[in-house]
Amino acid sequence: MSARKAAAVATGVLGELLITAGVVLGLFVVWQLWWTDVVAERAQVQIIEDLGWAAPVPAPSEVPDDGIADPQTGEPPVVDTPGPSETFATMIVPRFGDGWERAVSEGVTRSGTLDQLGIGWYPHSALPGELGNFAVAGHRVTFGKPFNQIAELVEGDLVVVRTEEVWYVYRVTEHLVVLPHQVEVVAPVPGEIGAEPTERFITLTSCHPMFSLRERYVVHGVMEYWAWTADGIPAELAGGA
Amino acid sequence: MYGWIWRHLPGPTWVRVATTVVVCAVVVGVLFAWVFPAVAPLIPFNQLTVGE
Repeated sequence: MSARKAAAVATGVLGELLITAGVVLGLFVVWQLWWTDVVAERAQVQIIEDLGWAAPVPAPSEVPDDGIADPQTGEPPVVDTPGPSETFATMIVPRFGDGWERAVSEGVTRSGTLDQLGIGWYPHSALPGELGNFAVAGHRVTFGKPFNQIAELVEGDLVVVRTEEVWYVYRVTEHLVVLPHQVEVVAPVPGEIGAEPTERFITLTSCHPMFSLRERYVVHGVMEYWAWTADGIPAELAGGA
Repeated sequence: MYGWIWRHLPGPTWVRVATTVVVCAVVVGVLFAWVFPAVAPLIPFNQLTVGE
């Protein structure tokens, strides 16, 4: 084979490899934008079913008169610190749609929690009901996108967290857009690193703008009351207040 | 390269087409199930947590 022919063959092979690389990149985009949602949405519904204690909240018209859980006073019970990637709570946000409920699991790593299980709890932040800041992260796009509609939350919106025994009813107080290194948003007192908390805050973080890594969308809230799950459901979820 | 592979596939044309389809499906399956999930967190896209 002449040198010229060898060069022609090599060029042909190189061209085919480049075309193959282009096809693989295209497939990656398809996988990222479509397939991750298909897989994760199915899995995240299954996770809640597997918990066994998170029965779907009934529609307001189907709640019996004695099915409302009375607000409790006093120290709210707090769950044990969850193990790695352990699912320990669920989150209900009426603004995200009827019947919207997603699991909350330990950790904020992509591979360990966020890409598979949905909403992740910042380790070492407060647990639901604890004094301090119950901080969670969730994808806004792809991987089941639990916080897809985070920018629709407005002041006063409900964010209800449920564990096996307790409802924790939070209300949104503010939203902000921050840079990725601004960890003060998940501090025990949001925005004030080192301050001693006297309230029970909640913080949701997600990406901003969508499909970007430039900033983070952050929603803060504060706890209003807690109630026993054995008593029924919070009045707010039954169409009240 | 692909021409060379095509010429070396055994069997009549329909068998070669079937082989090609199966091999492509397996490759896509491996990419979707293992390769893409492994590389996705390494790509600077879709970051949603605050931290150092």
